[in-house]
Amino acid sequence: MAVLTEPRRGTDGPARAGSGRREPRGLLTTFLGYAVLVFFGLVYLYPFVIQLGNAFKTEPDAAANPLSPIPSPLDVTSFLRIFDGTDFPLWFGNSVLMTVCVTAGRVGTAALAGYALARLRFRGRRVVFGMVVAMMAVPPVVLLIPKFLVLNQLGIYNSYLGLIVPLLADATAVFIMKQFFESIPVSVEEAARIDGAGAVRTFWSVVLPMARPALLAVTILMFQGAWNEFPHTLVAVQDPRLFTLPRGLADLVSGSLGKGTQYPLKLGAALLATIPVAVIFVVFQRYFVRGANEGADKG
Amino acid sequence: MATDVLTGPGDTRRTPPAPAPRRTRRRAGIRSRETTAGWLFVTPVVVLLGLFMLLPILMALWVSLTDWNGQGSPFTGRVPLAGLDNYTDLFTRDGLARQNFMTSIRNNLYYVGIVVPAQTVLALLLALVVNNRMLRGRSFFRSAFYFPSITSSVAISVVFLFLFANSGAVNGILALFGIDGPQWFADSRGLGHLLLGAVGVDHPPAALASGGPFGMSWWDWLSGPSVAMCSIIILVVWTTSGTFMLMFLAALQNVPVALDEASLLDGANRWQRLRHVTLPMIRPTLFLVLALGTIGSWQVFDQIYVMSQGDPAKTTLTPAYLSYRTAFRDFDYGSGAAISFVLFLIIILLTIAQRWLLRERDAGSRARRAGRGPRRTGRRS
Repeated sequence: MAVLTEPRRGTDGPARAGSGRREPRGLLTTFLGYAVLVFFGLVYLYPFVIQLGNAFKTEPDAAANPLSPIPSPLDVTSFLRIFDGTDFPLWFGNSVLMTVCVTAGRVGTAALAGYALARLRFRGRRVVFGMVVAMMAVPPVVLLIPKFLVLNQLGIYNSYLGLIVPLLADATAVFIMKQFFESIPVSVEEAARIDGAGAVRTFWSVVLPMARPALLAVTILMFQGAWNEFPHTLVAVQDPRLFTLPRGLADLVSGSLGKGTQYPLKLGAALLATIPVAVIFVVFQRYFVRGANEGADKG
Repeated sequence: MATDVLTGPGDTRRTPPAPAPRRTRRRAGIRSRETTAGWLFVTPVVVLLGLFMLLPILMALWVSLTDWNGQGSPFTGRVPLAGLDNYTDLFTRDGLARQNFMTSIRNNLYYVGIVVPAQTVLALLLALVVNNRMLRGRSFFRSAFYFPSITSSVAISVVFLFLFANSGAVNGILALFGIDGPQWFADSRGLGHLLLGAVGVDHPPAALASGGPFGMSWWDWLSGPSVAMCSIIILVVWTTSGTFMLMFLAALQNVPVALDEASLLDGANRWQRLRHVTLPMIRPTLFLVLALGTIGSWQVFDQIYVMSQGDPAKTTLTPAYLSYRTAFRDFDYGSGAAISFVLFLIIILLTIAQRWLLRERDAGSRARRAGRGPRRTGRRS
């Protein structure tokens, strides 16, 4: 079979790459390809459409027509209640505060450590790098009780300090920055060194400006991680006034709302909590793509 | 001195004879300045990771040997010591602790067994479609498939609670096909039991009613994931497949086009090309995805916390959630920490196995590519 068809294919082989669509079989595969794309496109996006539509519904409407993306009647009470009847604005503020501090902290500490591990030769460097790699493999969920213990012992449980400080360094960020610094040529730094600049000076005025793309990539990854952080908030704070959005949302779901399922309200709150990361994603897509593959490299 | 000896050989290996001989005299000065700067730069990370990862792990190791109930400090003499009891309770002593723990292990085993293959196959399928050069709008769909991976696990869980509600969207779709959907989060029936029920085995036969390992009957071990767990499985497969799709996509883009075209010329059909050309080329990535998926699947927590809290009838209990619940709801921190460490051990073993196997695979595939690779492809097609 293969032998028989071989010559014919051989002759139009080079042309196929460009004009495959003219062939009926090519047309069929293209059609099938689009069918699969659209099907999965719906599977991956329609839940968000449903979320958006149902957030603007009345509760009976959401219960009766959960599949329909169009609210009838259009109803914004759930959003009014989110801002009026829950601590949502407070949680949003806490999330912003925590995300800004944690992102800045992680990027700063990772740039410093990544540079040192990539470029500076000092005693104990390999031990430190070994520790960073080991820490990347520690699963966050097994740290729940340990983190609570140390926060409790340090007396910063249930405070902004306890919420933020433990997250200020991230092993993966250090690893990414180290990889980046190893990939850029040494010559510029060496020139600065020969001119007599010390390591700190070289780092600040020569290396950091060159590292802008990597810093941006790590910033975006860390922002996303900090904004979505959930387990840590679970063991670091207890007071609803210190909740971040994911913690507050989880609290709403577990029944702090009182009567009824109140799905429009929950969906609306989840929607508002998703928007910042969604905006960042749309603007900086390629950095997310790269980040996912960094994850692959470290394995 | 000791560190000098330790780091010495590594340093010389890493630094080729770069510093010119004439600067040897200044080298010592530069070295010590670099040491100061180096430690200055890594100190924040070392202190933070040490204080909030290493130290806590040691503290929890201690607590897992006690019966601390959350009152006062666990590091005083007044806390009752338990020795290894918290650990043996999980494996050898008949009781609630072991029953819960083994139930959570069973649930997580079924969860891993379904999530890992499902997300891997789905991610590969999505990557193959998105990698097809004939299709327009690929980058849009790539983003669409990836988007769930970057959103908050809690927010997504809220959406899926609504989708899988009794009168929710999923049951609405099932109704279109005339299927009466289950009450997802209230349904503790296991798929395994449902399958056995379908062939007429409604009650545990005598052989299965008891006698399974770790005090749980064979019948209970064979329950399969509950209907409630299935909805969480669907959610997780849906959210993680995008990340793994990107990994596959990166690997697929490294497959030389010439190779694919050569096999096309040889008359291989689509399936044959996938099976004998593409898959062998991306095998390291396939393996990595399977490994990372397995490691990640043992850590499922957020979704359980938000969607089911281990209910119904403990069928969505996982070790990660059980450890949290034991410590923070039952105030049995010793037992909770012990569960954490057993889970930690499982994950570490998987990580070590992954690194070891990947190294083997990498070396193996490199050798194959260098040596017998081309000839073998030729013979197959």
